[in-house]
Amino acid sequence: MTSTDTSHPDYFHKVVDCQWACPAHTDVPEYIRLIAQGRFTDAYLVNRHSNVFPGILGRVCDRPCEPACRRGRVEEKPVAICRLKRVAADHKDEYRDRLPAIPTQKNGKKIACIGAGCASLTVANDLMPLGYEVTIFEQFATAGGLMRTNIPSFRLPAAVLDEEIGTIVDMGVDLRLGQRIDSLRALLDEGGFDAVFVGSGAPKGKELNIPGRNEAAANVHIGIAWLESIAFEHVQSVGKNVLIIGVGNTAMDCCRSALRLGAQSVKVMARKPRQFFKASEWELEDAEAESVEIVINRSPKSFVLDNGRLTGMLFEVMEYELDARGRIVAERVAGEEFYPADDVILAIGQENAFPWIERNLGIEFDKWDVPKVDPVTFESTRPGVFFGGDAAFGPKNIIWSVEHGHQAAISIHLRCLGKPVSERPPRGMNLQSRKMGMHEWSYANDYSMTERKLVPHVSLKERFKKINIEVELGFTAEQAAAEVQRCLNCDVQTVFDAKLCIECDACIDICPVDCLTMTAAGPEEELRTRLKAPATNVTQALYVSDALKFTQRVMVKDEDVCVHCGLCAERCPTAAWDMQKSWVKWPHAADHVV
Amino acid sequence: MTFIPKPKISHPSLPRNELGLTRRDYEGALSTLCAGCGHDSITAGIIEACWGISVRPENLVKLSGIGCSSKTTAYFVSGGHGFNSVHGRMPSIAMGANAANRDLYYIGISGDGDSLSIGLGQFCHAIRRNVNMLYIIENNGVYGLTKGQFSASADIGSKAKKGEVNQQPPIDPVLLAMNLGAGFVARSFSGDKAQLVPLIQAGLKYPGFALIDVLSPCVTFNDHEGSTKSYAFTRENYEPVVEADFVPKQREITADYAEGEAMSVMLHDGSRVLLRKLAADYDPTDAHASYDYVQQHIAQGEYLTGLLHCRPTVATEFHALNRTPEQPLNQLPFSALNPGSRQLEKLMARYR
Repeated sequence: MTSTDTSHPDYFHKVVDCQWACPAHTDVPEYIRLIAQGRFTDAYLVNRHSNVFPGILGRVCDRPCEPACRRGRVEEKPVAICRLKRVAADHKDEYRDRLPAIPTQKNGKKIACIGAGCASLTVANDLMPLGYEVTIFEQFATAGGLMRTNIPSFRLPAAVLDEEIGTIVDMGVDLRLGQRIDSLRALLDEGGFDAVFVGSGAPKGKELNIPGRNEAAANVHIGIAWLESIAFEHVQSVGKNVLIIGVGNTAMDCCRSALRLGAQSVKVMARKPRQFFKASEWELEDAEAESVEIVINRSPKSFVLDNGRLTGMLFEVMEYELDARGRIVAERVAGEEFYPADDVILAIGQENAFPWIERNLGIEFDKWDVPKVDPVTFESTRPGVFFGGDAAFGPKNIIWSVEHGHQAAISIHLRCLGKPVSERPPRGMNLQSRKMGMHEWSYANDYSMTERKLVPHVSLKERFKKINIEVELGFTAEQAAAEVQRCLNCDVQTVFDAKLCIECDACIDICPVDCLTMTAAGPEEELRTRLKAPATNVTQALYVSDALKFTQRVMVKDEDVCVHCGLCAERCPTAAWDMQKSWVKWPHAADHVV
Repeated sequence: MTFIPKPKISHPSLPRNELGLTRRDYEGALSTLCAGCGHDSITAGIIEACWGISVRPENLVKLSGIGCSSKTTAYFVSGGHGFNSVHGRMPSIAMGANAANRDLYYIGISGDGDSLSIGLGQFCHAIRRNVNMLYIIENNGVYGLTKGQFSASADIGSKAKKGEVNQQPPIDPVLLAMNLGAGFVARSFSGDKAQLVPLIQAGLKYPGFALIDVLSPCVTFNDHEGSTKSYAFTRENYEPVVEADFVPKQREITADYAEGEAMSVMLHDGSRVLLRKLAADYDPTDAHASYDYVQQHIAQGEYLTGLLHCRPTVATEFHALNRTPEQPLNQLPFSALNPGSRQLEKLMARYR
């Protein structure tokens, strides 16, 4: 294994597990430190730079950062990153005057965005400061897309949506509410736009075609459409017994909404055992805390009607055989079971649908009838037409849509400049020492043994009184103060200079997690077997230094469970180890050098 | 010196020894020595060694005198017994404790000042009496705690930090110990734990006086160009001549060695020290041959390292020689410890 090239921007970026896992590459440790200092507005702006909607995401993000968090490998639970984001959003002061100024002199380029969801709003957010004129077409009377129609207000209050969407719209976006695009050809031919961004989401819920479906239609609802009707107050009640089919996050929103509309018994029916559930663990917990019963191994067979009215559903009782790796290798039906129901909500998935895109516009569709979209540039096969969010690659989540929006904005900018969209602005990495003096480091490197704090919730008695009572209260000041200290500051990197090392062993002796070894160089796989502690997590890099001057050995660091305490640098007599803050430069449209 | 405490958190897959303890359970207080001090590496070596042979922390006695080295007993096995004695007087305390309780492991930590200047007499007599202990000299050639004056182990020609050249001949603890008849004499280097850890394990198990002289660079006062005890000079000039493996009694010696290359020395509990010579013309079990060999190489400016001399000395071990009871004094009944006034009268009568 040759020595590690830490000058590649990705090396230290990967060490910051949360930031690497985040599709938008939010500088998580940086904003957590700012929260620790009480600089909530600064923390909010660090967030907003990459994820645009900190208040929204601080409540409903799918949090890919948390399973990645190094703290979860050092002890049991990751840092409550998502809920700390909300702390920044809840306590920020006025920040709009610190956003880039919108030029009054426009650049003459007009951009159309279809659908006022998170992807289109991000495109507008990135392009408005560059002088573009952005028009967003939205079929409904409110902006926000699925953030407003599919996420219930008891999880995401309208006020939070209004504020963060308003910040973007107030940049001067021409927001055309209630204007559905029924023909892309018409828009392309008559709109006079230089580029079109399709951010129309994945608005079509999947059907369950089993016997009785049509006859029971009045009491069988498609999950996302049903949630939408609740959001617009078209639906205000539901039957006593409700069955939810499917066990994804939409199902969790459906079951909890049903309780708030007056259902007395809500059961979520899952085809497979719990380890196969698609819903996030915390959403399952929240639903179960509200007495929703999740029934496993029940496969829908038919809707049962009496006198033309739905009375329940018949399910096949499934049995599964798992292999050693936990995969299903065989299944069989062990019997049938009837569950009474007044209403059934289908939450078994959603897909994108483009009946309004003519198929002869030069936009190629693949065999699943979805447009071919370049995964880097987000351009379709017709230059100047871009896709992003769920419209691009099917349902993901908000944070992915935001990143799609950023990347599409870069492409739109390049396209309008007449440059190839494949010419992406380069990524970068800056490092700066955190050493302030003898034994002084400008970050809190004491390891806090505190366990993850739980976010307080509104009591079970209170929360059902109205449909829009936000259940999560957010961290208290004391909880936030303790939780921020759990962050390991992975962005304060251990940077090694082999030329300075005198091979005294001090760093190796002091490292609390045994991640350092000086040893003979060798191939990575073999090297992993002879380190001070076994380096079995191959998803985490080994840092290998250049040859050391006295013995020609190499310094090896297993990044896996390094707690970034800085003791290696503190104990190093020659400053061969230093703790340096890394800034990942993940470019946006504004970073393009013209 | 470090102000950030070492976090209590440890590697999730840290191995456990026979007692179910991890290496971290053998740590002590936070070191206040200079960053990069060789002594801290020796401390880490002792931790590793004690963990490796599953020493019960409460069965370890840590003794020291005065000096940077002598501070280090606080930095390992906080569950052990510790005694920080007067300057150079650690051997007396060790001997007294050992006389009272032979069931414990005794580890004395000293420095070149503590052992070769003020405590030289004590050091010699501990060897002479063959006290069953491991005696580690953390040897850096300077008085670090008083800002870097030459110690009695400084080599002729070695330069002080400000340029002064030492002209007095050094006392070599290895030659001295061999000369006085020690049965276990080793030299090692703080920067070579692969060599040091088995030596510490063997020294703890060795029945009798075991000396390890560990070259331990003083990063603050003796790590410059011209010093003969710097990291750079030691790396260039130390030469392992004998590799010692400590083999616990449960483990078979499995590796194959060419004839004459490997020899094993049995320790009293059935464990063994396996010696592998790296130099063909050298017999580490022969007292005279090893003395001559080491002396010749010192004359050539080479630091030989490894278990330079090892031979059984069970017959002359302190307890054997003095026919002490097998049980520790604190376990003997009062009647055995105190023969009573009648016996005392009889005894006194002999001198009247």
